Amino acid sequence: MSAILSLAWQSLMNRKGSVLLTLLAVALSVALFLGVDKARTGAREGFGNTISGTELIVGAPTGSVNLLLYSVFRMGSATAEISWPTYQEIATRPDIDWAVPISLGDSHRGFRVMGTTPEYFDRYKFGRNQDLVIAQGEPFDDLFDAVIGADVARELGYSINSPMVLSHGLGQADFGSSHENRPFRVVGILAPTGTPVDQTVHVSLEAITAIHVGWETGAKNPLADSISEETVRSFDLTPKTVTAILVGLKRKGTILTTRREINTNKGEPLMAIIPSQALAELWSVTAIAERALLAVSIFVIAVGVVSILTSILTSLNERRREMSILRAVGARRSHIFTLLVLEAGLVGLLGALLGVLLIHVLLAVIGPLVSAHYGISLIGTGPGLIDLYTLLAVTGAALVAGAIPAWMAFRRSLADGLSLRL
Amino acid sequence: MAEPVVSVSNLRFAWMPGNEVLDISDFQLRAGERLFLRGASGSGKSTLLGIIAGVLEADSGEVIVLGQDLATLKPAVRDRLRADHLGVIFQMFNLVPYLSVIGNVTLPLRFSPKRRAAISGSEDDEARRLLSRLGLTDETLLARRVSDLSVGQQQRVAAARALIGGPEIVIADEPTSALDADARDQFIDLLSEEARRTGAALLFVSHDAGLATHFDRAVDLGEINRAGVSA
Ligand SMILES: Nc1ncnc2c1ncn2[C@@H]1O[C@H](COP(=O)(O)OP(=O)(O)O)[C@@H](O)[C@H]1O
Ligand SMILES: [Mg+2]
Repeated sequence: MSAILSLAWQSLMNRKGSVLLTLLAVALSVALFLGVDKARTGAREGFGNTISGTELIVGAPTGSVNLLLYSVFRMGSATAEISWPTYQEIATRPDIDWAVPISLGDSHRGFRVMGTTPEYFDRYKFGRNQDLVIAQGEPFDDLFDAVIGADVARELGYSINSPMVLSHGLGQADFGSSHENRPFRVVGILAPTGTPVDQTVHVSLEAITAIHVGWETGAKNPLADSISEETVRSFDLTPKTVTAILVGLKRKGTILTTRREINTNKGEPLMAIIPSQALAELWSVTAIAERALLAVSIFVIAVGVVSILTSILTSLNERRREMSILRAVGARRSHIFTLLVLEAGLVGLLGALLGVLLIHVLLAVIGPLVSAHYGISLIGTGPGLIDLYTLLAVTGAALVAGAIPAWMAFRRSLADGLSLRL
Repeated sequence: MAEPVVSVSNLRFAWMPGNEVLDISDFQLRAGERLFLRGASGSGKSTLLGIIAGVLEADSGEVIVLGQDLATLKPAVRDRLRADHLGVIFQMFNLVPYLSVIGNVTLPLRFSPKRRAAISGSEDDEARRLLSRLGLTDETLLARRVSDLSVGQQQRVAAARALIGGPEIVIADEPTSALDADARDQFIDLLSEEARRTGAALLFVSHDAGLATHFDRAVDLGEINRAGVSA
């Protein structure tokens, strides 16, 4: 067997050029398949990792996926807000342990600004119930204090006490729509979490109200700039609305009842979602596309394996003589069969190995880009069982495909005898 | 007289039913002898060698190689018999293109532990020794791809391969028909000398009757074969 394996190897090395092309076809197909699968599971894990410990998220009625995406993942924006009195009603419900309001809609140089209460830093958890950690500084206290995520600090080069200007709306700060007269100050920087928190600027709810003084109509009041900081501080800055409320319950068992009661709230229409359920709903939508992509990539692998088969089949005629020589020096017919099957298997194995290597290099490059762009770290994309299984499956398929030319050579070696005819 | 290492009796063979190529009542190759088998082109020489080598199966009759009746042996056992006891040289294109010169010479050893065991030193040294006896000593020549060797050189490599590990029988199927006269005579002398030294019986096949003088004995296939295939 090892004698045949080394023959198979030498034979492949002799056809380096065409073998390399086949290898590449297999490698790319395997990389595509693993890439699709890893992006899929990595995104799921990454999203699933973003929020924990929050039992319900309450917002204005919309799609549950939509509410989850804008409240937790800072994707898209709210279509409606909840009034402050309604927030207070929710917060004082007897079945509720804590309720943290959040207010979104502003941005700072491409990063979302979120108004909330200092309690947020104690209540918001991610991953396996991990706490947010303020790596430097402290939670906001003053009206114009801001606590920034790790990415914000890194990318904008901010440190404690850096001044910052918040802009209205979600676009990049542009002339005339900035709240230039309301300068903020960085008082805290959060440790990295691999979640959208890293890309968020946290301020108090009052600060959100304050920066909108003079913007009540939605556009900048010409007099807005003339309102001094001192005047703003003297206003009643209690928010009129919030975007969503993160809720923790006293007892987990009441979650469905509480949700139903909030959903059927007598006053303002509300919507409460369970984060994990909304995520599952999101994945059930994307699952169709994922499955289609996976199916396509499996077909691409099949094409790769067929290309192994083709390359061996086309070499078979010119190798007829080689087979007769091997038979003459004592090779059994099973040796001839094994030789060709092994060649196919080797190409499959090496191609798959190359593909696995390729996708891991690619993920190492792409992973940080994804997390920089979306704030979500892909999780669990490292080498895993799926790589091993793919390797085995592709090698197995190549061995099986190799059996076809092997069988043909086997049959021919019967018909040819020792006569080596051209 | 020495024992026969190959003994054929009442052999019949047809590639296609009803079109018999071989019908031989008696043919023998004796231990250590150098036998010349002449036959016209298409008369069935290669077919006979294929049967003796155990690659083809006779339709009927007895083919006994080293005391073993091939008809009673399983294909894998026949293959083992060939690997252990037979060296084969073809007319041309004898060598496996992706193996080195040395790799080609030692190729039979991969399939025969017996022949491997018959070598005292390293396999490569033995290959070099055989090659040098056959006039191939130049190391740069040995380092070349086999396809870059001249036909005469390739045939000597094939001869070294047939002889390595000391098989009892060497069969050569028109190994000189692609060589010019000088190279041909030199090749036959070297091969026959080496066969004598190792004690191998040599069955040398050619259509060229003029070569018969190099051998101990000559047989005309046309005379022993009753299946009258026109040349
Ligand atoms: N593999 C084969 N399949 C069918 N017919 C064959 C095959 N090999 C040889 N023959 C036929 O058998 C006859 C003898 O061929 P061969 O043994 O090669 O003759 P020689 O070696 O004497 O030239 C020829 O008529 C040839 O056409
Ligand atoms: Mg012939």
